[in-house]
Amino acid sequence: MKTTSITQLTEIPETIMSISNLYKSFGSNNVLINFNLDLLKGKNTVVLGKSGSGKSVLIKCIIGLLKPDSGSIIVYNENIVNLHGAKLDKIRAKVGFLFQSNALYDSMTVKENIEFPLRRHWLKVTQLEVSKMVEEALEDVGLSHTINMMPAELSGGMRKRIALARTLILKPEIILYDEPTTGLDPITGKEIINLMIDIKNKYNTSALIISHDMNCVRWAGDRIIILLEGKCYAMGTYEELKNSQNQKIKQFFD
Amino acid sequence: MEQTIIIKRFLDELGDMSRFSGRFFSEWFKPRYEIAEFFKQCYVIGYKSLPLIGLTGFIMGLVLTMQLRPSMVDYGVESQLPAIVGIAIVREIGPVITALIFAGKIGSSIGAELGSMKVTEQIDAMEVSGTNPYKYLVVSRVLATTFMLPVLAILSDGISLYGSYLGVNIKGETSALLFWTQVSNSLEFYDVLPAFIKTYFFGFAVGMIGCYKGYNSSKGTEGVGHSANSAVVISSVTIFILDLLAVQITDLLGFN
Repeated sequence: MKTTSITQLTEIPETIMSISNLYKSFGSNNVLINFNLDLLKGKNTVVLGKSGSGKSVLIKCIIGLLKPDSGSIIVYNENIVNLHGAKLDKIRAKVGFLFQSNALYDSMTVKENIEFPLRRHWLKVTQLEVSKMVEEALEDVGLSHTINMMPAELSGGMRKRIALARTLILKPEIILYDEPTTGLDPITGKEIINLMIDIKNKYNTSALIISHDMNCVRWAGDRIIILLEGKCYAMGTYEELKNSQNQKIKQFFD
Repeated sequence: MEQTIIIKRFLDELGDMSRFSGRFFSEWFKPRYEIAEFFKQCYVIGYKSLPLIGLTGFIMGLVLTMQLRPSMVDYGVESQLPAIVGIAIVREIGPVITALIFAGKIGSSIGAELGSMKVTEQIDAMEVSGTNPYKYLVVSRVLATTFMLPVLAILSDGISLYGSYLGVNIKGETSALLFWTQVSNSLEFYDVLPAFIKTYFFGFAVGMIGCYKGYNSSKGTEGVGHSANSAVVISSVTIFILDLLAVQITDLLGFN
């Protein structure tokens, strides 16, 4: 009886990041109001919401680019909200962030872009190891031949993949995706979704995906959270939410 | 009412810029030192500006000499032409024109580059990658403009004087030895030193204003254009204001 209980416990995914009572406002505009979320290990969690609902604000609070007014974001037993400088950078080295605009450095080659986080996080790696890691990251996204190209020479989909390779270079356990398929054609968007799924399966990463693209929500998300009026309005699988009779939830799936 | 809003906006901007500049003094000496980025910026800002600065300096010296000659002939002091041009170039025209060209080329380029990085989230990406973007982008660029403009101003002065030498010889005949002797005899140490020192302040102002405008850029691509444009306009006005202050200070110190 005791053994069965332990087996059941191990089947519950571990919480790798916990957000509690998060508040964020800009002047009189309350963007996040008592927002709560647990990110489960090895699962892709999608935050679905309308434009301007605070999705990007949420993800920027998690990575420390914005400071919430109150609440806590616990990652690796540290509350990111209270961290600064080197301590915050230490956590950031374990959390990958894919920017909506890719944020590739225009003045650097693809290789320099990808190795930038490696060099900046003071990781003790040799030049040979750096080259090997860059090649591996490029292989993961299927763009090994672009290593010496400049970002301006790449298409939108390729830029997204290179940005993803840069995110993967530090082998993060948590990846934050900010609108990964926005601005891409449906075919390229599907390729990026498949890439995100492959990465999760290969590296057992846990991802928080911000999106309003229903294809991304459907295929990439193991769990979906609807962000409405600054709160976590609903949570469930794609099918559960799609079959909901609640009008506010249905509007996302119609 | 509208005037009050404009004054308030101006004071807000001035306050923000002062805070932004103040951060430079609290951060530049702390590790991590961005030495590689500093030297890269010195190359981009200094070395790559040399052809433009050299060309404008040469034309400036040549034209100034040709314009002054008729008046000097009228007053019968044509022989003093190298001395007059030398003083004018080294004390005032060289540093100020070099700084203005520098503001047009480098101020706009820094404003546009940082503005573009801001609106495409590249500055945020740096922060996420364990980099202090202020130190990496602003401190390295401001130090580079501060140290490169004096070097460029000296080179520009030299090239201007060479242009002046050619100008003198268009309608006359003056040996190089005589020309340079006259120029050097006309210049005192107190002519050169204040002119040299003020270029450090010009360089700092151009770098800091370009970085401030770019770093605080908003409203997408329109904002980038606005940042580049306002960086040049504000830098140019600031150069004249600093020049005015420099003249007053050197006068008070008895250097004039």
